[in-house]
Amino acid sequence: MKKDITVTVNGHKYEARVEPRLLLSDFLRDTLGLTGTHVGCEHGVCGACTILVNGDSVRSCLTLAVRADGAEIVTVEGLGSRDQLNALQNEFREKHGLQCGFCTPGMLISGMDLLRKYPLASDAEIREGLSGNLCRCTGYQNIVAAIRAAAALRNGSAA
Amino acid sequence: MKPVDFDYVAPESLEAAVQALVSAQGDGKVMAGGQSLMPLLNFRMARPSVIVDLMRIPDLSSIQLMGDTVAVGALTQHADLEFSDLIKTELPVMAAAMPHVAHLAIRNRGTIGGSLSHADPAAELPMLAMFYAATIKAQGRNGRREIPAEQFFISALTNCLEPEEIVFQIDFPILKGHTGWAFEEVARRFGDFALASIALSFALSDGRIADARVAAMGVADTPLRLRKAEDALHGSDGGAEGARRFAEVVRASVSPSNDIHASAAYRQHLIGALAEKAFAAAWSRAVGAES
Repeated sequence: MKKDITVTVNGHKYEARVEPRLLLSDFLRDTLGLTGTHVGCEHGVCGACTILVNGDSVRSCLTLAVRADGAEIVTVEGLGSRDQLNALQNEFREKHGLQCGFCTPGMLISGMDLLRKYPLASDAEIREGLSGNLCRCTGYQNIVAAIRAAAALRNGSAA
Repeated sequence: MKPVDFDYVAPESLEAAVQALVSAQGDGKVMAGGQSLMPLLNFRMARPSVIVDLMRIPDLSSIQLMGDTVAVGALTQHADLEFSDLIKTELPVMAAAMPHVAHLAIRNRGTIGGSLSHADPAAELPMLAMFYAATIKAQGRNGRREIPAEQFFISALTNCLEPEEIVFQIDFPILKGHTGWAFEEVARRFGDFALASIALSFALSDGRIADARVAAMGVADTPLRLRKAEDALHGSDGGAEGARRFAEVVRASVSPSNDIHASAAYRQHLIGALAEKAFAAAWSRAVGAES
């Protein structure tokens, strides 16, 4: 039996009727057309589908859309705009923190949550923080560099 | 990679949730954070006819000091435990273990009640329940009961709950006077399930270990409390001989099996090495606390 839900995504309120089995990742991509959230493994390993739910990073493939009723969601589309990247996106550009771009939405969203919750005082801590997000292109070096730079910016010092 | 069709209910009381499971006649599945259940649903390894969502039940997410016990609501999320000042002060081994639980995005969703009920033998929270000799409180069709952690875990992914029983609270007795403690774990990658892990805590009296607690995981199909290893620590003055004997007893107390991730011999070696490392860390912490 379908359920009615109301969710706020990137500041816009959406009302929809969903099957209980619909994954939040598919709801965002197929129902709302927000294809910035990528779907990789669909069992919580790759991190590509990570979004912010009420401020916390969450795997959208491990969440039923019906459970997001009433939630405030931010996807990669909500971080910055084409003309105005947010600080972390800007560091990913500056440090060349992406190649094919498939993992990037998840990297950015995870990065936002890590920057909010952890000191990220060492590369080891950044790498541990990113361990739930797989990248098959970069070897992670420039992703770590981008987050290191964003952490320095957050702390008010130059990278 | 999509779940089968199922019905969904989100009751607003524990009693209603139990009733929903009773009505499902064994074909219902409780969902808390969903971080273990969702992959099983996506793979269609779990095919319930109804999902009973617990997250709309109020008052089950809390961390409270009740005398000599920390009472944790079953829907408390891993990240809440990780960042709790009360946990840091009163259950320091748990605080040290929490960052090892999966990844931040999983810790933001996964719950303690869910992790205990899932009963993965290489997961941190079941081991911590065993380590602290926690009491697991569950509600079923015949009311509430209290289950000691040592009786809760039956084997890998199997607990002692009845099909309609739901964990609602876990009580962790504080290890009073324990100044030396450590948590050590080896996993193949950050956030992976542990190959082996040990938790250790003790109190000192006149420079010697007077009361010790030891638990391990990854070395059996449930987490283990290692009482012989606890006894072996008694009277230790922190010397190398005592540390070696402790590690030997730990190694002798477990009989892991071969699996795809590691051989039995490797795991047995590993738990001994972790025991020595934990002992050294715990001892220097205890000595630091005394000076």
